[in-house]
Amino acid sequence: MDFVLVILASGVATGTILLYATVGEIFSERSGVLNLGVEGMMLVGAMTAYKVTAATSDPWLGLLAAMLAAGAVSQVHAFIAITLQADQVVSGLALNFLATGLSLVLGEGLTSLRDVVPTLPSFTISLLSQIPWLGRILFTKQSVMVYVGYIFIPLAWYYINRTRPGMHLRSVGEYPAAADSLGISVFSLRYFYVFVGGMMAGLAGATISLSISPGWFAALTTAGQGWIAVGLVIFAQWNPARAAVGAYTFGALRRLVLDIQGPTTLLGFANPFFYNPYYGFFLKMLPYAFTVVVLVIGSREANRKRIGTPAALGLPYIRGQRGL
Amino acid sequence: MTQADSTKPIMGFKLPFKMKVEPRVVDPPRWYSPMLSVIAVVVALMIGALVIWLGGGEPWKVYAHIARSSFGSVGVLSDTMVKAIPLMLVGLACSFAFRMRLWNIGAEGQFFLGAFGASMIVLLPVLPEEAPKWQFIIVMALSGMLFGALWGFVPGFLKAKFNVNEIISTLMMNYIAVEWNNFFIYAVWTEGGFQMSRMFQRNAWLPRLSDFAEAIPVFRGLTTHMGLLFAIVAAIILWLVLSKSQWGYEIRLIGDNPRAAEYAGISISKNVILVMLVSGALAGLAGMSEIAGVVHRLQGAISPGYGYTGIIIAWLAKLNPLAVILVSILFGALILAGREVQPSGVPTLIQGVIMVSLIAIDFFLRNRIRITRRVEE
Repeated sequence: MDFVLVILASGVATGTILLYATVGEIFSERSGVLNLGVEGMMLVGAMTAYKVTAATSDPWLGLLAAMLAAGAVSQVHAFIAITLQADQVVSGLALNFLATGLSLVLGEGLTSLRDVVPTLPSFTISLLSQIPWLGRILFTKQSVMVYVGYIFIPLAWYYINRTRPGMHLRSVGEYPAAADSLGISVFSLRYFYVFVGGMMAGLAGATISLSISPGWFAALTTAGQGWIAVGLVIFAQWNPARAAVGAYTFGALRRLVLDIQGPTTLLGFANPFFYNPYYGFFLKMLPYAFTVVVLVIGSREANRKRIGTPAALGLPYIRGQRGL
Repeated sequence: MTQADSTKPIMGFKLPFKMKVEPRVVDPPRWYSPMLSVIAVVVALMIGALVIWLGGGEPWKVYAHIARSSFGSVGVLSDTMVKAIPLMLVGLACSFAFRMRLWNIGAEGQFFLGAFGASMIVLLPVLPEEAPKWQFIIVMALSGMLFGALWGFVPGFLKAKFNVNEIISTLMMNYIAVEWNNFFIYAVWTEGGFQMSRMFQRNAWLPRLSDFAEAIPVFRGLTTHMGLLFAIVAAIILWLVLSKSQWGYEIRLIGDNPRAAEYAGISISKNVILVMLVSGALAGLAGMSEIAGVVHRLQGAISPGYGYTGIIIAWLAKLNPLAVILVSILFGALILAGREVQPSGVPTLIQGVIMVSLIAIDFFLRNRIRITRRVEE
């Protein structure tokens, strides 16, 4: 039991990374802009956070810098996709290369700083941690970013679905021409939400390098989590609440894959992963294979119910042209 | 069209002319697109220089170094070709899929599986150790293509059957491929606990130019291998298929207008699977030629991101198979010289900047800017 609780608790922590990235991408896609550069923007965030924190010894400053840097990088995609009306898939891929390269160049030499750079605080919420099981999973010795994540999920859902700016956001992604005719600025809103998505990806990156697995390990820092986040958006049907379910599940899976090789026995049997560590390579495939499975589920649901996908997703808005 | 013109005074200053952006009605001349690509690359190199400078490097030294250590002599030129061969094949793989607007981002994984498939022939072993060279080459190439195609088939099938987004599924398959190879490198074919298989015997090597040095002395020490031939033949076949065959027409039609293709009775899901198979096979062949032509063993570090660079190459070549060959040589130079460039992320960065400026500059392919004299109101 203890083992399960530990995995779930660290799974929630790991899942927080995916949570921020996924919800950020939901904001961007809800406004109609597909941004495939999440992985790269996360790397920029992780690198910036680590570099700034190393220079200033203030992880909060690092966090802020990470969000701004990744947000700034996202504007390259915004300009190409919104103003220049280029293909968003290609532009997103390009952003990914650009951002990855940028973080590798500027992150040179950061790897050796491990254990010197301060990290974001972790703490236990005394009252809530008394809840049986859930208290130990959710509220014991978690990073501050995990707690922020809990608050962030309902806020993001409420913002998108229940507020006026949220309605504007959705209208721009569903039917930009109609939104435009009502005086909502399609272009500036799309720029803004791509920026938000970038900032969230930066936040996700900073959460890795300053909190969940501190350090800078070049491209291995994110290890494809940005792409998993893009996949989770489809599974989540562009809904932050479903995104949270997906993100935490994936977090737990990632931890399980790492931790299951530890104990000598599993459920009373000899642990095959302990005695033959080479099976670990197949374990490591699981999160990626599971992403594909989740995509199959998400796509089937979306096909059946015909809901979820913002109608204008991936389409540039050209004023005065027919269509969306 | 957006009113991105200069009718409004900018900061109180009125331009003496009017600039108006409007969509092109007539196609631009043929030289226009390559010219824009060249401009994009030049701009990208300038931006790259700026970033290297900001990162504390000396941009001109870096570029001069790249040029010298990739085109400086026949020897290094041959090494550049060696790096370019896998790029040609993955570039072809990407451009073929992209032509149908099928985003195969998984050439990297298909490359790894191709390498696995080729190694299997030697290490399992499928062929006896003393089998003649030509048998090894044929069987290894087929096996590499088969495994690459298999890796491409999975996302293709999922796309055709369940409409699964192929960008993410192909990418996930890349990560799975790396772990798959790792298992065999660490656990099955490891040589003395090292993370690599044993060296292949000589008759499982692709012939190199230097093998013919006795007949043609100029070839002494040149490492360019038979994979170049594979790539050129593949490019010509692909070009013929795309521009001369009915299948190629179907692929292009689906890429340009899937709805029209469907009305014309072309099966999209069938073509999705077929194109992913071919694309995967090409990337697999790249893996095979790298294993049989360069590395001569299965190990972890067989690709500095060839599969991803293939995406940029395909785009820079405007998805034209013959242009892929030329563009690959440039990128081969970048990768060859980039190994020694510090900081190590510079080649990735330059590739990224090239792709960004390429896409940005395409705007001028679709739109034109008309400058007219301002008539005073």
